[in-house]
Amino acid sequence: MFKWYQVAIGAFLISGIVSASVPVQAQELAEVAAKADEAALAGHNAWMLTSCALVLFMTAPGLAMFYGGLVRSKNVLSIMMQCLFLMGLMTILWALYGYSLSFGGDGPYIGNSDYLFMKNVERTWDEATKAPIEPMAGAIPRYTHMLFQGMFFIITPALICGAFAERMKFSAMVVFSILWGTLVYCPLCHWVWGGGILAFGSDHGLQGGALDFAGGTVVHISSGVSALICALLLGKRKGFGTSDLRPHNLTYTILGAAMLWVGWFGFNAGSELASDGLTSSAFAVTHFSAAAGVLGWAFYEWITNGKPSVLGAASGAVAGLVCITPAAGFVNPMPAILMGAAAGVVCALACGKLKNSFGYDDSLDAFGVHGVGGTLGAILTGVFATRACWNIAEGEPLGMLEGGNVMPGQLTAIVVTWVFSIVATLIILKIVDVAIGLRVDENSEVRGLDLTEHGEEGYIFV
Amino acid sequence: MKKIEAVLRHFKLEDVKNALSEIGVAGMTITEVRGFGRQKGHTETYRGTEYAVDFVPKVKLEIAVAEDRAQTVIDTIIRTAQTGQIGDGKIFVSDLTETIRIRTGETGNGAL
Repeated sequence: MFKWYQVAIGAFLISGIVSASVPVQAQELAEVAAKADEAALAGHNAWMLTSCALVLFMTAPGLAMFYGGLVRSKNVLSIMMQCLFLMGLMTILWALYGYSLSFGGDGPYIGNSDYLFMKNVERTWDEATKAPIEPMAGAIPRYTHMLFQGMFFIITPALICGAFAERMKFSAMVVFSILWGTLVYCPLCHWVWGGGILAFGSDHGLQGGALDFAGGTVVHISSGVSALICALLLGKRKGFGTSDLRPHNLTYTILGAAMLWVGWFGFNAGSELASDGLTSSAFAVTHFSAAAGVLGWAFYEWITNGKPSVLGAASGAVAGLVCITPAAGFVNPMPAILMGAAAGVVCALACGKLKNSFGYDDSLDAFGVHGVGGTLGAILTGVFATRACWNIAEGEPLGMLEGGNVMPGQLTAIVVTWVFSIVATLIILKIVDVAIGLRVDENSEVRGLDLTEHGEEGYIFV
Repeated sequence: MKKIEAVLRHFKLEDVKNALSEIGVAGMTITEVRGFGRQKGHTETYRGTEYAVDFVPKVKLEIAVAEDRAQTVIDTIIRTAQTGQIGDGKIFVSDLTETIRIRTGETGNGAL
């Protein structure tokens, strides 16, 4: 047994250790927590900046090569220039006011001036703390959020260029893109992602709002439907249906499609706006859907035409990617495979049968792939979305398959986006037509836009 | 002198060139050409849109030879370029009035 003085000494020592260690442990814990926060921020930000680069990679070289190969050799520079120029033009608009109109405030219809000219985005000096202030957007710096969303603002009008390729004036394309980006993209982006009338779970959300993880509505339906209007209003290319309008370099197109596939991981998995478990899920389903899209389109052609075309396989990959875009954060892998395969077949039908039946000249099938694929994806998101991926409705089931009720919101968003895109694009095109004219003259179209619009040739073998 | 123009399948060119070299043909000119005969063209399909391609890519071989060598050259080309299928090509033979070697100014058979 311990003697009384041994117990007293022991108690004295223990009390001393405890009283000394409590503040030390708390301080250490705070330091560990701060370091963990810092590490998490660094991890999220690293992935998101990578995603920014991946999404920009989709416009050029990705889309530029994908589209560049599909036009005739006399127009290869013109379509690549449209992609490249939009990387410049849309970025500046985004910095000046686009980001603010899209993500400023949470009003129902349009953003506010919170981020005009990068106000509240850029770092500022704080006299009180004698340190710079870094504005944040959730887990990442607002700079990163602005950049990531800006890449979407670039590629969306670039997708439309596929519809009026080989015949639209460059100047008309520039004015159209400014107006379309400002009057169609920014409001739509705000409606879906900025807390507006199509945002899921917001006070303003029509029919509860729409699930659109990475841009099925904002990017693909809007650009695809607008593309169809462009094709209809501009009319067919000279020689459509009679002359040889074959793609001049399918090897470009295949490489471009492969680049789009790679870039789409940033597009979809980046749309989690962080690097976590859902990011991995979005990455996986994006990959699976693209893979199934290749098979869907190729097997459809194999069965109906006797040969699986290379262009069909590449187009199938893009169709699968488009279709999974709204669903990327909401569906599991097996539904993703179904969605990709369905998109491959449905988009192949849209580009082949539908276009030929109605006789419109959507030169590079911007509507057939993005409009149709995006709409299909938005509908199937309403079917397959599961709270097991993203518990966005706080425990309530989402898609029809798990007994949820998001479909009315999905369909409402689709109808609103279709109607808005059609009406706004028609008005914009009419204005541009009256002001400067939409289409190059016949002689320019025959000689090719590379020479007549840019004074250069794509291929000079001397 | 004769000028022999032979329109051939691409993949037969190497065989024809080697065979002609073996019988002593010293030079030839090659051109990438497009055309059709009985073979007609083919159909290509791009996203459901069909294009009839009438002009098929071929390679054209041009040789100038002395008159007494012409038949040997023709026979060699036929022997090496023939597959028996439609699309093997054609040989055109015409009289050649003059040949001049630019380096020396030689003319006639001596310039071949």
